Amino acid sequence: MWLYAARRIVFTIPIGLGVTLICFALIYLAPGDPIQSLLPPDATAKDIAELKHVYGLDKPIPVQYVIWLGRALTGDLGMSIQTNKPVLDEVTRAFANTFTISVISVILAMAMALVLGIVAAFHVGGWADRVATAVAVLGISVPTFWLAVVLVILFAVELGWLPATGMGSQGSNGFSWFVWEQAKFAILPIVSMTLTPLGILMRTTRSSLAEILSQDFIQTLRAKGLSETAVVKHAIRNALPQIMAMFGLQLGYLVGGSILIETIFTWPGTGFLLSKAILTRDIPLLQGTILVLAMAFVAINLIVDLLQTLVDPRIKRA
Amino acid sequence: MTDVPATPSLIAQTAAPAPHVRGYWGNVWNRLKYDHVTLFFLVLIIAVILSAVFAPWLAPFDPNKSSMAARLKPVMFKSFYLGTDEQGRDILSRLIWGGRTSLVMGISPVFLATVIGGFFGVFAGYAGGKLNTAIMRTMDVFFAFPSVLLAVAISGSLGSGLVNQMITLTIVLIPPICRVAETATSQVRTMDFIDAARASGAGTMSILFRHVLVNVMSPVMVYSSTLVSASILLASGLSFLGLGVSPPTPDWGLMLSTLRQSIYVQPLVCALPGVAILITSIAFNLVSDGLRQAMDVKA
Amino acid sequence: MTIAVPERHLLPVPPGHPHDRGGKAQPMLIVQNLRKFFPIHGGILNRKVAEVKAVDNVSFSVQKGETLGVVGESGCGKSTLARLLMHLMPSDQGTLVFDGDPVDEPRGISLRDLRRNMQMVFQDSYSSLNPRLPILESIAYGPSVHGVKRADAKAKARDLLEKVGLQPDLFAGRYPHELSGGQKQRVNIARALALGPRMLILDEAVSALDKSVEAQVLNLLGYLKRHFNLTYMFISHDLHVVQYISDRVLVMYLGQVVEIGPVKQIYEAPKHPYTMALLKSRLIIDPDTRIDIPPLVGDPPNPINPPSGCRFRTRCPYAEAICAERAPSLGNATNARDEHLAACHITNPIAGHSMAGQTLQALDGEEIVKRATEAR
Repeated sequence: MWLYAARRIVFTIPIGLGVTLICFALIYLAPGDPIQSLLPPDATAKDIAELKHVYGLDKPIPVQYVIWLGRALTGDLGMSIQTNKPVLDEVTRAFANTFTISVISVILAMAMALVLGIVAAFHVGGWADRVATAVAVLGISVPTFWLAVVLVILFAVELGWLPATGMGSQGSNGFSWFVWEQAKFAILPIVSMTLTPLGILMRTTRSSLAEILSQDFIQTLRAKGLSETAVVKHAIRNALPQIMAMFGLQLGYLVGGSILIETIFTWPGTGFLLSKAILTRDIPLLQGTILVLAMAFVAINLIVDLLQTLVDPRIKRA
Repeated sequence: MTDVPATPSLIAQTAAPAPHVRGYWGNVWNRLKYDHVTLFFLVLIIAVILSAVFAPWLAPFDPNKSSMAARLKPVMFKSFYLGTDEQGRDILSRLIWGGRTSLVMGISPVFLATVIGGFFGVFAGYAGGKLNTAIMRTMDVFFAFPSVLLAVAISGSLGSGLVNQMITLTIVLIPPICRVAETATSQVRTMDFIDAARASGAGTMSILFRHVLVNVMSPVMVYSSTLVSASILLASGLSFLGLGVSPPTPDWGLMLSTLRQSIYVQPLVCALPGVAILITSIAFNLVSDGLRQAMDVKA
Repeated sequence: MTIAVPERHLLPVPPGHPHDRGGKAQPMLIVQNLRKFFPIHGGILNRKVAEVKAVDNVSFSVQKGETLGVVGESGCGKSTLARLLMHLMPSDQGTLVFDGDPVDEPRGISLRDLRRNMQMVFQDSYSSLNPRLPILESIAYGPSVHGVKRADAKAKARDLLEKVGLQPDLFAGRYPHELSGGQKQRVNIARALALGPRMLILDEAVSALDKSVEAQVLNLLGYLKRHFNLTYMFISHDLHVVQYISDRVLVMYLGQVVEIGPVKQIYEAPKHPYTMALLKSRLIIDPDTRIDIPPLVGDPPNPINPPSGCRFRTRCPYAEAICAERAPSLGNATNARDEHLAACHITNPIAGHSMAGQTLQALDGEEIVKRATEAR
């Protein structure tokens, strides 16, 4: 089993490198010279050349990549043009904010999806199944940003119960989960983020459970006289690897794809940072944020994969 | 074995007269006929497509005609059936015209990605070995990004605009399609009839077109159809962020973004573009699901 | 007790057969030193760590007009052998000579032409026919690949359907899932015959069929052999079927040929202990003759690490020290026409085995178990 884990980790390295390559190459996709965004429009040719030299942009591209990669691995992701602070600091601070709401959302979604999925799988074709399927279809079809707007309209505009934007009156420094005045800012973002993972996780739970329940060994368990609850436990245990994998994937999607929600709620997370960086064409910040988010996604997938080997005995032997 | 009859008539099969042989798609349609939900939403999709095609004749107003006096009017205000936006333009007309952008953004990237991703996937699946590893590992790198992040990253670098958005979405959709195509192809490749085709001396191209494609096409196309709704959602999300078409072109995501500032004034009207996205997305999801179920049973 | 099998003789090749190149005495197919090892990967970087010795130095010949039966247990390499002969996978070593022409060599017969002369009938499984093509198309595909026009290919396909006993008007447009097992197998045979081959390799062609259907298909194969003047290589694990249909039999064990000879001699007086054990393990319908103790003890050894010397010695009741030291040789199997050869030291008078030169005596079950466990 450790061999499998080691092999899996080794295989992640080239993918990680590929990710860094893409992140690096992104700025070259942009029209125009990357250096233009850093200078005022009336800069002289000499200034441009000098700045190019300072940033190492006059070297051949592969060399630039290696230098950039080397710096990134030591934690130096450059300085944000906007705020003139180190990119790594900005990103890590924002990451914590994004990660917390993402995790809470996925756990909520998972809890509800499990309940709905189990009920649906055990009564395939019944009304519970149809309700659950409708919820699932809704979840994967709804534009989350629209849902967020609708929730804002409902709870902030019409009812006035919850705030529409922000992370508390004092921003992320003063935020606390235990004080209602601060915590209430997190509610709408979390709820908006929950519906899509709920839909996907419910579908996954239902389909993997239904598939397991149709297998012969379930009949054997029932024939042995096992109570229905025990059968449920057995079935879930078998479905756990697939569900867990999807859980990790959804967490990764939320963390990496939070830009829409955070823009709407001005929640100071990595997504918000990303949209700021795009607007102001803050290249170092853009690159750094994308790199950190992509790496987080790779890391989450790797952890989920390894956890699966613990749960799924079939993989251990490989 | 000298007493074996010389003519085949004594060992011939006498089968009952065959019923009208329907063929594969005939069977699929036969099952689809009874799936009312899918049929209903299929009709809905066709309605959306038709209304987008016939937008110039269908829309009651010019979608770009603004009027300062008629800003942010509610639903059913005079002849503005769905109200007006923050520049006084008729929402219904803008929704109908916006359908064009949304449908194009939903269908064309999927189509392009199917052709490109399908090509690479079939190629990788049939070739096997190092070529397969090279192609699939490259796809894995793209898979290492969550789709929204990848779309935003590419779009943010390329810039806004219709063509750029299409390129972005196509790139984002290629890896999953490639993976599905590769899986299907490598499964088909192990089947005996492929060996039989090779044993009769057929070249790779001939086998791919005559035997492989026919078996791989349907799972790939069914999978692609499930991506249309995701493509529409991604596209509208990008437009919402300002990375899509630029104003004043009507686009559902863009409309949501600009109307957002006015939610305190006319909340219902501001939510309408999202409803359009929701309904279209649900419709595509249900139809592709229904299609998949109709094709899933071994004909 | 043996089955009453009618006397058989090799079908003569009619003089002046249009495609006959080598003449009456030339074997249809000569296989020399064929070898195929499959690599096994393991470790962190997935390197090759071992090899599965699937086919190891196999040599034999197939005479014109005969049916050569190939028997052996699962994993002995029969199917790999079939696929190697059809060039569906590359061999590591070995040469083939088809009707006097070396295969895939500059002055011999090309692969493309070989395929027109030698075809394979697959086991009926869900994957032996393309589920998306009507069976007429499946049959017509082969000729169309070789340049025959679509219309002509389809006409030929219809003609073949009739020859295999499926009325074209009823069956031509059907899909594989609309056919029964026996009907699908007839289609497989028709497909193999579409290119007009002179030799057919039948890989477990009747194994998946019900017994009554199996009999029909076997009769069909006999009819087609006479009608089209074919040579058969019939691979099967079913000893009764092989006895019924074959002229000569080849026995394989763990990737090697252990015995080859005319069917009557093999079945009545086998020379290799493995063959004898196989024959003794056939179940007999007579309820008074029951088999209490298995004639063959233990599992076949690992093809990755076969035993030294004779590969069968770990299960052989006659094994002695010489068997572990030296691997017995089969003899010149490519030239053997009616000879009965076996790869066993007992058959070789100067091999050093205590029973050298004697015929194998039938041991009873307990004796076999006792000796086999001692020999290990």
